[in-house]
Amino acid sequence: MRLGVLFSGGKDSVFACHRAAAHDDVACLITLRSSNPESYMFHTPAIDLTALQAESMGIPLIVQPTAGEKEAELEDMKQAIERARDEHGIEGVVTGAIASVYQATRVQRICRELDIWCVNPLWQIDQLDYMHLLLAEGFEVMVTGVFAYPLTEEWLGRTIGTAEVTELATLAERYKINPSGEGGELETLVTDCPLFTRRIRIDKTSVEYADHSGTLHIEEARLVDR
Amino acid sequence: MILIVDLCGERGSLSRFEFVHPVSAIVGGAGEMAGTVHLSDLSLAACRAADGIVLCGTAIKDHAWQGLLGELDWLRNVRTPVLGICAGSQLIAALHGGKVTPWPVIGMQQTTVLEDDEVLGKERSFEAYHLHNLGPSLPPGFRLLAGTEDRAEAFRHPERQLWGVLFHPEVRNEWIVKDFVGICRNGSGAVVGKT
Repeated sequence: MRLGVLFSGGKDSVFACHRAAAHDDVACLITLRSSNPESYMFHTPAIDLTALQAESMGIPLIVQPTAGEKEAELEDMKQAIERARDEHGIEGVVTGAIASVYQATRVQRICRELDIWCVNPLWQIDQLDYMHLLLAEGFEVMVTGVFAYPLTEEWLGRTIGTAEVTELATLAERYKINPSGEGGELETLVTDCPLFTRRIRIDKTSVEYADHSGTLHIEEARLVDR
Repeated sequence: MILIVDLCGERGSLSRFEFVHPVSAIVGGAGEMAGTVHLSDLSLAACRAADGIVLCGTAIKDHAWQGLLGELDWLRNVRTPVLGICAGSQLIAALHGGKVTPWPVIGMQQTTVLEDDEVLGKERSFEAYHLHNLGPSLPPGFRLLAGTEDRAEAFRHPERQLWGVLFHPEVRNEWIVKDFVGICRNGSGAVVGKT
């Protein structure tokens, strides 16, 4: 099946893409570029990096701008999926939804309206097992946003390794956050994974942080050989 | 061992991560072995050997299981406890004389349990996750547990441990799968032969 992946560049959409590419033909990536930092559906930090990721994977990228307002952004997503269908002949959409019924049902409904498949290959995955799986499969994941107590500025720019997973698991248990951050506690950027031909090197960043809410702005990045 | 049956159109499909793996994970988490088999490979011997069988759901556009109905008549006589989820409940209904017709629902919806039941629990309401374009009517002689006779949201066989639920219990209602596993552990798991 020819699939389009809803693609934010974070670990969930890249891992969903990784699973999709193992079974089916990923014909394009679809990035919703939201100008609202509090978007209900789409992750905002580091979204411009999806162009580098797409280039590294050799997969065409559709970038759809959206104001990121609650219902209008769904209309923008629908338009982007229609474009992917018309330009790349996709028969289905892949998402990185894990537990959010809110996100999953909205994408399912749009796909039903367009009569195309909706596939969620991370649906209901155990979030800690998933973090370990990411490491085992060779994903290099950087934290680019923290949005919940007790996550501090120190997390920004950290690459997730075994120690970080253990720490997140402890925090998840103590403070009832999702260990994989799907509730929006954590935003990430995949800098390397098996689908990439080259990895992303971050050259220049700046940090914005206040009261357990912070973003790592990536100002300069490029693809380099491993 | 609980046999988890994959009803997705293709063996080893991308959708199995969404409809089969979550059920296997709940069964495993309940301390029971989960073995997975695709519907097209399901055998009487495997059903007989299992302590319980879960027939999993499929993607909303995937009704390929209907093409296998003609070869599955023997499944009607299996006495191993069975839980059919979404497409699985439609398969059970179709095998036992119910009708499967268009009934599109996507999202959380209130489910009202009409009578106390071993798997669904007490008579009451709860929110359940639906994802289907089709749905079953109540097969003749079966007990209606939720919904109406024309639109049977949950039902069970009058004597056997055979349930169908149109919603997805693996999302937000994992306890239903766990309670079913508990019943399988205590049940006889006996199977009659092919008719």
